[in-house]
Amino acid sequence: MLELQNIYKAYEGKSVLTDVNLVVPQGATHALIGSSGSGKTTLLRITLGLIPFDQGYVKINGQALLSFTPIEWANRIGYVPQDGGLFPHITARNNVSLIAKLRGMGKSQIDDRVEELRKVVDLDAAILTRYPHEMSGGQKQRVAIMRAAMMDPAVMLLDEPMAALDPLIRRSLQQELKSIFQRLGKTVLLVTHDLGEAVFLAEGMTMLHAGAVVQTGTYGDFAQRPANAFVTQFINAQRTLPDAAVMS
Amino acid sequence: MKLGTTIGKRLSGAAAAINVVALSLAAVCGARAFAAEPVVVGGKIFTEGYILGEIAAQTVESATHATVTRKLGMGSTGLLFEALKSGAIDVYADYTGTLAEAILKRPDLKSLDDIRQALGAMGLTISGSLGFNDTYALAVKDGFADAHGLKTIGDLIPIQASVRAAFSYEFMDRKDGYPGLVDSYHLNFNPQTVNRMEHSLSFQALDQNAVDLIDVYSTDAKIKKFGLRLLEDDHHYFPVYQAVWVARQSFVLQHPREWQALKGLEGRISAEAMLDMNAQADIQKVSFAKIASQFLGSEAPGSESMLNGILLRTREHLWLVGLSLLFSVLVGVPLGVAAVRFQTAGQAILLSSALIQTVPSLALLCFLIPVFGVGTKPALAALCLYSLLPVVLNTFTGIRGVSPNHLENARAFGLTRPQVLFRVVLPLASPTLLAGIKTATIVSIGTATLAALVGAGGYGAPIVSGLALNDVPTILTGAIPAALMALVAYGMFEVIGLLLIPAGLRRRG
Repeated sequence: MLELQNIYKAYEGKSVLTDVNLVVPQGATHALIGSSGSGKTTLLRITLGLIPFDQGYVKINGQALLSFTPIEWANRIGYVPQDGGLFPHITARNNVSLIAKLRGMGKSQIDDRVEELRKVVDLDAAILTRYPHEMSGGQKQRVAIMRAAMMDPAVMLLDEPMAALDPLIRRSLQQELKSIFQRLGKTVLLVTHDLGEAVFLAEGMTMLHAGAVVQTGTYGDFAQRPANAFVTQFINAQRTLPDAAVMS
Repeated sequence: MKLGTTIGKRLSGAAAAINVVALSLAAVCGARAFAAEPVVVGGKIFTEGYILGEIAAQTVESATHATVTRKLGMGSTGLLFEALKSGAIDVYADYTGTLAEAILKRPDLKSLDDIRQALGAMGLTISGSLGFNDTYALAVKDGFADAHGLKTIGDLIPIQASVRAAFSYEFMDRKDGYPGLVDSYHLNFNPQTVNRMEHSLSFQALDQNAVDLIDVYSTDAKIKKFGLRLLEDDHHYFPVYQAVWVARQSFVLQHPREWQALKGLEGRISAEAMLDMNAQADIQKVSFAKIASQFLGSEAPGSESMLNGILLRTREHLWLVGLSLLFSVLVGVPLGVAAVRFQTAGQAILLSSALIQTVPSLALLCFLIPVFGVGTKPALAALCLYSLLPVVLNTFTGIRGVSPNHLENARAFGLTRPQVLFRVVLPLASPTLLAGIKTATIVSIGTATLAALVGAGGYGAPIVSGLALNDVPTILTGAIPAALMALVAYGMFEVIGLLLIPAGLRRRG
C-alpha cells in the first residue's frame, strides 16, 4: 500500500503542494491525473524521495520514507520514467540488471529474475541484447518496466508511460500494460495527464489542480459528481475517451 | 568573511609549499656544482650561437677532460640568461651590446670593464672579447641596392614610404635596434610595410622578393649566400657587439681550469674566421662539431648516425608527450568533474586553464626556467599546463551534455554519487572526453617540438637547428617524424574509442 498523507511543499515561499492526500490500496492500480503545472511532477519526485517536502508522510506498507536510506527506499519503489528512460550506453539486459548488480545480487539470481520478468512483460529474448536506440517505443517501455520490477519493489511508479507513443501502438500497449500489471500483482501509481489512459488502466484516480487534490474516486464519480467546474472542464476536454470506458 | 580568511590561509599555505619546492630545487641546482656533474654549455638559437657553444664545449673537454653537456639552440637571450642565473647552464657566448642593452638595461655601458662590473652585482662575469664584433646591420639584395642607388642607411629616405621591411622581433623591440635607428637617421617607414618576422625566415622572404630590407648580424653567412649588400652605418648608430663568454662567478671560482681554457680563446676568433665558420655551417652544411674541431685543430667528437638520432629524438619526444598526457588525464578529468560540481570554483578552473593557453609557449618556458631550470623539467611542466585546457573543457562539456533526466533517474534507482559518476555520467560523456584527450595529445606532439628551445631534446632539436641553419632536410628529420607520431596517435585514439566508448553511443549518426 502506498500512502501520501497531508503533503505540503513550497518553493521560495510559494506553495506548490497543499495538503495532498492519496492512497493506493495493496495490489491496486491508481492514477494521478492533472494538467501540466498541477504539481503532479513535484508529487512524483517527492514520492521517489528525490526532493524534500515540508510536511506530511510518504509511506509504503505503513513505513515512512524518512525512516529509510535512499537505497532502501529505491528497493521498495520501482520507477518507470517517461519514455522508459533507459540509459543509452548499455544494452537492454544491462539496463534491467544494472541496479541488481550494484546491490551485489549474484549472476545466476540476476539471470533467473531477468528471464522471469521477460516472460511477464512478454518481450522477445533477442531484444535484450539491443541498445535503446535499436528498440521500438513499446519495447523500451517493457524493458523499463522490467528494470523497475527487478528488485521486487512493493510499489511501481509510472510517469506518463504512453506519452511518447503513437496512438495505434498506444492502444495495443495499453491492453498489454493492463495484463502486465495484473501479472506483477504490484501496487501501481500511474502519473498521467491522459484521462483515457487513467480510466483504462486504473481502478481509482486522484485529480490534482493548482497543487491540491480536487477529487478522488472512480471515473463514474468524476463524470457524474464532478467536485467543481475544473473537473467538468478537464473531462470534456478529453475527447479521445474510449466508448467502453465512458459507458462503465 | 570566515570562509575568505580560511581560503586566504590555504592560499598562503600553498604559496609556502611552492616556495619550499622552489628552494629545494634551487638547492639541488646549487649542489650540482660540487658533485662531479658535467659542465653545461648553453648556446643561442642561431648558427653563430651553435658554433660558439660547440667551440666552448670542445675547449673545455680537451683542456680538462670534464664531461660537457650541450644545451645548444636554446631560445632567446632572456631565456639563456635566466638559465645561467638559475644554474641550469654554466656558460654561454653573448655580445657586449646585448648584455648592456637587453640584460643590464644600461645602454650607456660601452667598455668590457664597465659591463663586467655591472654583471658582478648579479653574481656573473664575462671574459675578454673573443676577437670579433657581430653587430646589427641592414641588408638589401644587390640588385635592389643598384636600382635605388643605396650605399648607406640614410639612402633609404627617398624610398622609405614604399620599402618593404622584415625585422626580427628582438630588433624591433630593442632600443638599440629599430626605434633608435629611425630616430638617428630620421627615417619614417610606412608602418604597414614593416613586418615582424622570425629572423631565420626573413632571408627567405628577402630572397623570394616578398620584402626588400631586413636586419642581419654582420657576420651572418647568409649575407654571402643570398648575395646581400650591407648598408653602411655612417652615423655609427649600431653599438659594438663584442662576443664574450658569460658565466656565473661561482662557476669561475669552482672551475678555474675550465674558465682559463675558455679565456684562452680571447682575441682568437676574427670576424673573418667567424663569417667563414658560419658559411661552412649555413652553406656547406658542415656539422657544428666539425667546424669547431677544425677551428680548434682537434678531432671532432663522433657524430651520431641519422637513424640513431631519430630514435633518440623519438624516445625524448614520447617521454615528453606521454608524461604530459598522463598528467592531463589524471588532473584534467577530476578538474573537469569538479568544474561541473562546484559552480564558482568551476568557472575559476575553466578560466585559469584557458588563461594558461593564452600564454605564448616561449614566454611560458621563460617563466618556468627559474623554477625548474632547463632541460626536460620546464618543457614537461609547460606541456602539462598546455594539455590541461582541452581535457578540462571537454570533460566539463561532456558531463554538462548528459541529460539531467538520466541523472535524476539514476538517483531514483538508488545509485550512489560515485555510481552515478562512473556508471552513468562518465560513460555518457566519454565520446567528448576522449576527443579532448585526443586533442591534447595531438597538440602536445606539436608543442613538444618547442621543448628543444630549453634543451629538452625531442623532434624539436633538428627543427630548431635546421631553422637556424635554414637547412630544410635537417628540419624535416624532426618535422616528418613529429607528423607521423601525430598520425599514429590519431589512429591509436580511434582504436581506444572503439574499446572505451560504449557501443550504444558509438553507432549514432
